[in-house]
Order: sequence, then structure tokens, then C-alpha cells
Amino acid sequence: MGDAEIIPIGTRGRPGRGTGKQPSSAARSLAPGRRPPTRPVPRKAAEREPDPTPVIETEVPVIDRPPALTRDRAPLTGIPTGEWLGAFQFAAKELFGEQWEPQLAHFLAFLRRRVTGDYVVDEYGFDQEIAQRFFMTALRPIADKWFRIEVRGIENIPLDGGALVVSNHSGTVPLDGLMTSVTINDHTGRNLRPLGADLVFRMPFVSSLARKGGATLACNEDAERMLSGGELVGVWPEGFKGIGKPYSERYKLQRFGRGGFVSAAMRTGVPIIPLAVVGAEEIYPLVGNIPSLARLLGVPYIPITPLFPLLGPLGLVPLPSKWLLEFGEPIRTDEYDAGSADDPMLVFNVTDQVRETIQQTLYTLLMQRKSVFR
Amino acid sequence: MAAPGRIVLVTGVSRDLGRRFARAVACDPSVSRVIGVDVVPPRGDIGDVSFVRADIRNPVIAKEDVDTVVHMSVISTPGSAGGRNTMKELNVIGTMQLLAACQKAPSVQHLVVKSTTTVYGASNRDPAMFTEDMGPRRSPRAGYAKDVAEIEGYVRGFARRRSDVRVTLLRAANVIGPHIVSPITSYFRLPVIPTVLGYDARLQFLHENDMLRALQHAVVREVPGTFNIAGDGILMLSQAVRRLQRTSVPMPGFAVGSVGSVLRSARVADFSPEQLGFLTYGRGVDTTRMREIFGFEPEFTTAEAFADFGSLLPSSGGRAERVLAGLEQRLPSSAATAALSSGADHG
Repeated sequence: MGDAEIIPIGTRGRPGRGTGKQPSSAARSLAPGRRPPTRPVPRKAAEREPDPTPVIETEVPVIDRPPALTRDRAPLTGIPTGEWLGAFQFAAKELFGEQWEPQLAHFLAFLRRRVTGDYVVDEYGFDQEIAQRFFMTALRPIADKWFRIEVRGIENIPLDGGALVVSNHSGTVPLDGLMTSVTINDHTGRNLRPLGADLVFRMPFVSSLARKGGATLACNEDAERMLSGGELVGVWPEGFKGIGKPYSERYKLQRFGRGGFVSAAMRTGVPIIPLAVVGAEEIYPLVGNIPSLARLLGVPYIPITPLFPLLGPLGLVPLPSKWLLEFGEPIRTDEYDAGSADDPMLVFNVTDQVRETIQQTLYTLLMQRKSVFR
Repeated sequence: MAAPGRIVLVTGVSRDLGRRFARAVACDPSVSRVIGVDVVPPRGDIGDVSFVRADIRNPVIAKEDVDTVVHMSVISTPGSAGGRNTMKELNVIGTMQLLAACQKAPSVQHLVVKSTTTVYGASNRDPAMFTEDMGPRRSPRAGYAKDVAEIEGYVRGFARRRSDVRVTLLRAANVIGPHIVSPITSYFRLPVIPTVLGYDARLQFLHENDMLRALQHAVVREVPGTFNIAGDGILMLSQAVRRLQRTSVPMPGFAVGSVGSVLRSARVADFSPEQLGFLTYGRGVDTTRMREIFGFEPEFTTAEAFADFGSLLPSSGGRAERVLAGLEQRLPSSAATAALSSGADHG
């Protein structure tokens, strides 16, 4: 019973490729001595430090390796630690440039801070580190390259102290809020603190992202608290009426809520800065709505755009319209006396003034715009 | 203000916080006598406090000439009381009876009630920071929050009927500390912490020592009014879990609720159902009035109080942190020093 022939399964009784007459090509390349194994010189290492002596393949000594045992076949055992270190250093140099050591140390320290929870959030849950490092970095190329945002009147935003930016709202998805945040952050270095509807804080993931990004609930208490704390607050008084309006009604401002933002600004005496955004209406042209499904899901609308349910996830890519942002002259509210925030007629008048300013700016910008996408 | 020889009555001394407060206030020079009242005797050393095992309807207040009543026996955990019905009985009916006894006793000058910020509720429509004038956006339907809301209602009614009595209502944020057993501390003591997927609650804590100091401050200074008592700053739930170096398991809200009820029935943790809202949305309270009118400054911030609580807990995670620390050590020495300095800048 010495030598039983091993016949592989699935070859109909015939021996497999290794017939005994001639070694298989795989076996030939493994056999030492016949042809010296061509050890490819690692290209990356060659690029890093070009070796002055050319590598002559024939003179490479054949390494006499002991036979591989099953216990040696764990992954990564074959590559020596030195090469790992070299590869790691090379990757670090690629990623962080010549100053990779302090850069990498910096990055590691940041990661450790995040992992151990050693960072500070403010009372609204705003996480400045994450907002700057991730949100702004992710949104900046979209603002610059995709929408090619053009800004006018950025000098109307005060460099310190509380102010209230009031903007039109459009585009089915509140991208205009994000783009306004990035633009203001890039040009003035200030963080825009958006006020969001309570739906935002009811939705999972969106709510925690919104809080981390600096948003808080659009209510008078929070607005006044932020404004008196000297923050730059952004508000979109049209709300879902504005963002979910059909494409046929583009650039027509909806009702401006109940004017709560005006009374908040009056109580705290901060200026109101009207902002007109042109371009956001065209990113997802809303041509239809499914009210019954929206009611079922408890959301204000289910959008239908020319691309959205039709192309699936691809329809979620916003159309690359050209955006214009114009910040208007600040409207001062510190001249009104103390009780005027509770005077409904005055609040309505100021609300209308802000609304008219934005509407007029929108018309002017639309006249100047050459086309939607250029 | 503080007349010498005051007689203070403290309810709820059988529990740790009440017992420690009674002992602390007995050491105060302006207080001559402290009477601790509870239905079960306290377990630890109560020092100079004379304990009266009594139902609160007992005319002990009138007999002993008590001038300051500190009501601390509002319990938040049904587990320690022996069921939700008993808890409600003790909280609401106990408070009613105490207030009825106070109303009959002409000697009572000052009433201090320990309430909680749970009365503000927790929902997606909450303002970021509640001030004392705000109420909950949705009135609580059950549980501890409803008990406290009812208790506060009775206290306000008492203040109207006995306008000569100074009433101090302290709404304390979640009290935390190494010795505290409460729903929130038993939640953080779980080896693996279930969190609500997609939400990150804002949390605010009050250290147990600050709680005792605030109550003592209320007894000594006699400032009437309602005050939020909380440590400075906010911790996010995710941040708190990371600081404890625990593993968290995010799961949908309803699953967290059912896990909570399983834990409760298994007596692992007292995870109350109304806590789910708190762990989803969180809550913050404004403490301007505490500083400016009440004149109290907590020693611990929220983060420090939480660190003190977490210092005694064994960590169950932290593997990623160790890996990163190891990587940082492997770097050449110049980089390590740079990391240290940059870490100091940012940290």
C-alpha cells in the first residue's frame, strides 16, 4: 500500500496536468537552478532612492529557503518588517508631502482626540473641529467647481457681533443653506449658524449632523440666544413653502412665516442682512409631488424632478447651475425702541421690507445672469 | 438673614443623597437641629441628625417648631421603591401630605424642594437651552417626568396659599457621581451602551457634591424662586461614551426601548422608558439665574463631573485609542514632540 496514485477529482479518471512526463509550467517556474527567478525590483523603492549600481539579474543569489510549512502560511509573514516600514514611510510621504512626520503626528493627535472624546462642543452641539475639517472641506469643491458660486456684497457681513442673514429658500433639498455657510466661511472666516425646522431635528442622522454643523431649532428662544451671544445666524423664513415650491413658481418669494425672525432681531438689536440666492432653483427642478406618500411618511413633500425617480440615485446629482449670491445692505434694528418687537404692525412692515429687498435683488440678478448653466 | 438656632426638617434621609445632605447641613453653624424623616431608617451614619421614622402626615413639623423644610424624597427609579405605583404614591401623595402639613404649621418659614430638569421633557421641538420660565413642549404623560410636573404644581399651589413662606425650587440636571445610583448612571455603567441610531443627545450633568452644596446654599441663603442647577458646558452622548472608553451599539429607537425594558426586568439597569426621549434628543438648561440671582457657582463643569463619575469605571473599549497611541510612539522622536505640542495647542 505504499504508493497510491492520487487522481484528482473531476478529470474523469485521468491524471491531472502533472502527468509525470513533463513538469507543469507552474512547477517549472518554481524549480530552482534552471532559470534564475526574476525578482522584480520594487518600483516604488527605485523611485524613492535610485540605486547607483544597476541590478544585474543574473547575479542575484538564489535564496535557499526552507520548505514552507502550514504554520508559516499566515498572511504577511513573508514580508519583513523593514519593508513594511519603508512602504509606510513612502505612503506617508505621498499623503502628507515632505513634512510628513509632523503632519502625520498632527493627524494622529487629531484622531486620538476624536476617539477619546477630548473635544468641546458648544451648548447647541456645534462641533467646530468637525465642521471645519470635514463639512467645509467636503462642501468647498461643490461650491467652487460644481456651482461656481459668485459672491457680491460680502462686505455687508459684519466681522464680529451678532447679525441675522435672511435668505430666500429653494432647490427641493436645502443645499442653498450649506452653500451659503461655505461661502460665508470662506470669505469672512465666520461660522453661519443656521436655524432649522423641527423636522430637521426629528430625522435621524440629519439631526445629529445639523447640530454638529452648528444648526439649532428655529424658535424665538434659540434665535435670540444665539444673536445675543454674538453669532452670525442664518434663517430661511419661507421654510418648506419655499424649498418645495414647483419649478414654475421659481424665484417667487413665498410668505415670510410670521415674522418671528424680525422680532428676534429687534429684541437683540442686531442688523438684518438680506441675501438673494440665484441658481438654487434649478438644481432639482421640482415638477411633481406625491402628497399621499408624503403624508404617509410625515414629510412636507416627495419631490419628482425630471431625473429623480427616473434615473434612481443618479437623479440625486444636482444640475450644475451657475449660482449668484448677493448680500444686501444691512437693515438696522437697533434704532427701534424696546417695545417695538411686540408691535405686530411694525414687525410686519420690517418683514415686508426685507422680503421686498430680496425679491428685487433676485429680479436684478436674474436679468444679469447670461444663462442658467453659465 | 439666617436666624441662629434654626430647625431643619429633611425628608428622604434613607437614601444616600438625603442622608449626606442632612449630615452636611447639621454641621452648619446657623442650624441648631436637623430632623431626618423617612419611612425606612437610613443605612449609613447620620451624625448629629435625629431621625424620626414617620409618615409625613405625623404632626412632627408642628411639634418640633420646624422652620425650614427640605423636600428631597422625590425618587426617580421605580426599582428602588418597589414598582411604579409605589413610586408614584411616594412622590405625589407624599408631597401632597408634606405640603398639607407645612400649610398647617405656622412655624414653617422656608421650603426647599429638589426638583429636576426632567420637567422640561425632551423632544425635537425643544429650544437648545431651557430657562426657568419655559415649560415642556409636550406635557409628560407618564413616569417620573409626570410625577415631577405634578409635584411642582402642588408646590406652586402651596406658595400661593402660604405667601409668607419662601419657596425655593431647585431644578437639578442629571446628578452624577461615583456614589449615585440613578437611571442615567446605571445606563453609563452598562458594559456595552445602547444608543439611538442617528441621534446624538446633548447632555448636562451636575456633580453630587454640587447638588449637596446647592441645597445647603438654598437653606442658608433663603433665596426664593425657581432655579436651574447644572454644571457648565455640554457633552454629546457619543462624546461621553468615548470618554468612558466604552463600546456603544447604535440601534433604532424602538429597539433601544425594548432593550431597556429587558434590562429593567433583568434588574441589570434601571432604564426608564421616559429616558429614551432624553437619550434621543437630550436637553440643556440655562443657568444664568442660578449665578446671578441664586448666587451659586458649581465646582464641577459637566465634563469634570462626568470624568469624576467615569474615573472609577473600568473601560471596556479603547482599543482604537491604544493602537493610535502605539502608532504615535513608533514615530521618530521629533515627530512625537511635535505631536505633544500640537496636542497641547488643540486639547
